[in-house]
Amino acid sequence: MSTLVPAFAAVFEQTSEHTGEVTGLGFPLLPVMVLCPLLGAIVIALLPKERVDVIRLVAVLSSVAAGALGIVALAQFEPGAPGFQFVSSATWIESLDIKFILGIDGISLFLVVLTGILFPISLLASKPEHDPKGYYAWLTLLEVGCLGVFCALDLFVFFLFFEITLVPLYMLIGKWGHGRRVYAATKFFVFTMLGSAFMLVAIVSLAILAKAGDGGTISFDLQKVIASQANLGTVTSRLIFVGMAVAFMVKTPVFPFHTWLPDAHTEAPTAGSVNLAGILLKLGTYGFLRYGLQLFPEASLYFAPTMITLGAIGIIYGGIVAAMQQNLKRLVAYSSVAHMGFCVMGLFALTIEGVEGSVLQMINHGITTGALFILLGFLYRRRHTYELAELRGIQKVAPVFAGVFTVVMLASIGVPGLNGFVGEFLVLAGTFIAHRWWAVVAAIGVIIAALYLLWAYQRAFHGEPDEANRTVPDLDWGEKLVIAPLVALIVFLGVYPKPVLDRIEPAVRRVLEHVEVSTGRELPSSRKGADLAPLVGDGHGASHPPATGLDPGAEAEHAEADR
Amino acid sequence: MVDIIWLVPALPLLGFLLLVFFGKRIGEPLAGWLATLMVGGSFVVAVAVFFGLLDQPEHTYEQVLFTWIPAGDLHVEVGFLVDPLSMAMTLFITFVASLIHLYSIGYMHGDERFPTFFTYLNLFVFSMLVLVLGNNMLLTFLGWEGVGACSYFLISFWFTKEANASAGKKAFITNRIGDWGFMVAMFATFFAFGTLDYTKVMGQAGGLAKTTATFIALMLFVGAVGKSAQIPLYVWLPDAMAGPTPVSALIHAATMVTAGVYLMTRANPIIAASDGYVGWTIAGVGAATAFVAATIGMAQHDIKKVLAYSTVSQLGYMFLAVGSGAYVAAIFHMITHAFFKACLFLGSGSVIHGMVGEQDMRLMGALRKYMPITAGTFIVAWLAIAGVFPLSGFWSKDEIIEFAWHKSPVLGVIGFVTAVLTAYYMSRLVFLTFYGEPRWGEHAVREVVQVGGAGSEEEATTEPTESVELVNGLPLTSERKPVVDAHFHPHESGWTMTLPLVVLALLSVIGGVINLPGSHLLANWLEPVVAAGESHLEPTATYILIFSVISTALALGGIGLAYFVWLKGSRQLQRGFEPVFLEKAWYYDLTLAAFMGGPGRRLFEAISWFDRTVIDGIVNGVGAATLGVGKKVRRLQNGYVRSYALLVVIGVVLITAFVLTRMLQLS
Repeated sequence: MSTLVPAFAAVFEQTSEHTGEVTGLGFPLLPVMVLCPLLGAIVIALLPKERVDVIRLVAVLSSVAAGALGIVALAQFEPGAPGFQFVSSATWIESLDIKFILGIDGISLFLVVLTGILFPISLLASKPEHDPKGYYAWLTLLEVGCLGVFCALDLFVFFLFFEITLVPLYMLIGKWGHGRRVYAATKFFVFTMLGSAFMLVAIVSLAILAKAGDGGTISFDLQKVIASQANLGTVTSRLIFVGMAVAFMVKTPVFPFHTWLPDAHTEAPTAGSVNLAGILLKLGTYGFLRYGLQLFPEASLYFAPTMITLGAIGIIYGGIVAAMQQNLKRLVAYSSVAHMGFCVMGLFALTIEGVEGSVLQMINHGITTGALFILLGFLYRRRHTYELAELRGIQKVAPVFAGVFTVVMLASIGVPGLNGFVGEFLVLAGTFIAHRWWAVVAAIGVIIAALYLLWAYQRAFHGEPDEANRTVPDLDWGEKLVIAPLVALIVFLGVYPKPVLDRIEPAVRRVLEHVEVSTGRELPSSRKGADLAPLVGDGHGASHPPATGLDPGAEAEHAEADR
Repeated sequence: MVDIIWLVPALPLLGFLLLVFFGKRIGEPLAGWLATLMVGGSFVVAVAVFFGLLDQPEHTYEQVLFTWIPAGDLHVEVGFLVDPLSMAMTLFITFVASLIHLYSIGYMHGDERFPTFFTYLNLFVFSMLVLVLGNNMLLTFLGWEGVGACSYFLISFWFTKEANASAGKKAFITNRIGDWGFMVAMFATFFAFGTLDYTKVMGQAGGLAKTTATFIALMLFVGAVGKSAQIPLYVWLPDAMAGPTPVSALIHAATMVTAGVYLMTRANPIIAASDGYVGWTIAGVGAATAFVAATIGMAQHDIKKVLAYSTVSQLGYMFLAVGSGAYVAAIFHMITHAFFKACLFLGSGSVIHGMVGEQDMRLMGALRKYMPITAGTFIVAWLAIAGVFPLSGFWSKDEIIEFAWHKSPVLGVIGFVTAVLTAYYMSRLVFLTFYGEPRWGEHAVREVVQVGGAGSEEEATTEPTESVELVNGLPLTSERKPVVDAHFHPHESGWTMTLPLVVLALLSVIGGVINLPGSHLLANWLEPVVAAGESHLEPTATYILIFSVISTALALGGIGLAYFVWLKGSRQLQRGFEPVFLEKAWYYDLTLAAFMGGPGRRLFEAISWFDRTVIDGIVNGVGAATLGVGKKVRRLQNGYVRSYALLVVIGVVLITAFVLTRMLQLS
């Protein structure tokens, strides 16, 4: 181990080209962080399968180590700087300019930290029912993929990590899942694989077609591709955007590509569900932000109304279908469809508040839905069911459990003071600026969220417990310790999201400025009190139809008013 | 002294945190005393702040604690705006809340979740104070949702009963419809002003385009309609009576439900800048709610249901005032109403406590002989709400009707008619509960049920919805056992319960002094806040006198009618004054429930079916057709999972390698 790190450091050339900041750790932070769980997976693979405790320990330790390095990154992160930090790179395939460039900005920082927190917690929260060796190996490998995706700054490496996440989750669902696990796993795999095929084609064609402006050499370096993507024609870049978007829409998931999610969630083991909802869905929205908005500003503007519409549909539709579910895991899965609809909507609002809210919503959804799945795991441990019809009066026999569930539920509903509200509000307020009627419609989602969660809560927790539920024990100390960090984060981020927002904002601003510069359009913003022109059109000419809120003429007027 | 304002919400918050973590260990009754102490301390601090505020320029002071949400142009702080409006609200909230905390120590005695009750109660007071003290709309919204959540917890406090759990859920979801309006109003406000701070927004509201102002005002009103239980969203409040009675007094009468009135008063510059029909809408909804709820209150049997509809009706008066530009009158009535309605609710709680849980007035009677303090205070509060000169309700209600008459005589007439109805149904309640002969015991119950007619029984069996006539959560059928038998002797409650009653009764008498015609203390105090929207009347002494005479005559008329029907009349006559249409609350709730359970639910089911069959069907169809998933799945179940996955991985690697080599050639 001790000789490995310096050797490894030699391979990776550490740069912080955008900030000039040096980490001062003596080793490249991000590569080591990504490799921690990989090392864990390898060690687990080498261990004999009878040593269950050692295997579990290795899994937990390696993910805790990655999480700790994520926290180090958070602590050392320069808040005001918009660019990538902790950048390190190693050449992989020189002729194609494929490099292991890893770096994070304010957007990926918290997704990395979230991954680092959620994986160890999910490992501690549940145990596999059989074959622990494979289970822990796949889980740690899954973490490698997730961390890699958020750190990668090379299109090809991004794709590689994106794909790495597939197999472990497929195995986790297919082998350690419940009921119709094979069906669910196969559906998940085929669905996402199909999306990835589109993405591979898109990435490759992008690299080839964009090379013309970069001295004729192919490069997968994200920064270089961003610089040269202007060479693509409008139609070409829109087509490539669609190719990327299909993969991200499946992953997020965006209506109508969502039906794999309820099946995957329902059948997955607890840790699988936690990380699937908490981290893997963000691969989609993160991809949209980093590889959609940044790479294809014009196409993003062009498709923004479509994406916002799909986001709004997801919010309402996901909520309604969630309300009709009889299985708690399916219910939370559909609620994820609704919550991720907010993320998509905020991103394509293309306002600073909307995009920032979207990134925050990604983190918050990871925490609350992760916590919900952990709690459902606790419930399953006690009752061996997720069916609402079989649960009743749990609050009477397990008041602490019910109390924790209530807090998480209220956060998920979006009650202010808890984390879920902040992101949702920013998304909606940001969307209102650009596409106001969609924001008005999507806000109905907050009513539906209360409907399905409170209804489910009433059926499972209220009432007089019947025979089967009368002996359900309350949370033990171990369980309390596992869930406590998430509850603390739920409250903290609801009351004081400033540290997070302060770090997200410069990065988001940078993306939006890039969109503005490369499209030559002024993005909408609030009017800052200078011009209180009519909100609802009354013949002054400044009003514009809702779906085309990005009409350049009208936006230029706002911009003038701002100055 | 004003800079200690943060302590006002901080004390109940501290109480909440202590009780969350140590409530079980603190136990009964200490948990109750701790909670009461915190809220009482909060009141004392509020009084100190009040005296400090007198020295502040324009009686306004703003304290910023920290930045809450900084994102782009949106910059929201956690800060408190202490101005005449929020000060007045803070004083009466902390005061009434202290008394109700004290009362609850006696009322909740013996409940196994005694500390939990006070945990919620302290959290509620904290949220309510944040609501009124917040210096921006978003912080108000935080309090707004906080009180909603506490209301949910407390309505379903006895959650093992299905009806209580449903009532809590119904309250939260109905309120959320209003919250949607509030949220949209905030989006629009942020869009138009780039900020949500009250001082900036209300300061610039005059320059707002009319359409923008109208949109914001209407959306805020949607929020207020939800929280303050106005037509069409009032249905949650009567059901909310499922909660413990102190909750009904504090949350569903005195404080939370008045939040909508507070919000509209706070936003009066926006309403003033909006189109004229906004004021008419608000006044119309208020007047209609006042009237409809009063008619329903005439025919209810559950003592708390009468008071609940009465609250809805009185809130209607407040919105009638707001719509008529009488913001001061609205706040005036809010405060006097808090006194007498809290007194009435706590009194009804004392009655229910004394009757060991009985809530059906048909099974009470003559209680003034057994519960003299409860009866005495209740009678005082009754006269106050009935508008008898010179009690507090007389002054505040009269002021509203004067302004309403000024806006339109039609609104004024509705105000007067509702005043008669109010005097009538409150007198009915008092006569049934405290006068006449005792009617408890098995024999009496059977008689009541028989006279009650087959109608209610029939529906109880055919429609087991929660809105069917329920007494104590049970349909009133002949099989129903009375709570107490004929030999039962109701008892007076202990001092922790009677002391708040006495104080509140006293205030119901003298509460009017804060804004008597001629003195206008409250009007002068609130003047800086409501200057933009307040309409002005300069009534002559004769004008006031005529109004006073009319309304006193009407109040006495209502009381007199009730006297002849409910004290002197026969049971048959009485039954004639309880038409089923009113007893069933105009069938509104039943229709709504039928719709939600019928077409509404079917729509949801249809969408769910669409997802399962159409969307997922296409997915599976495509999958089966192109990939032969079905066949493979069968093989996989035979243990080939790993090999299949391996194949896929190999496939991916091969494709990747192929693409890479192709590209190497290209480059």
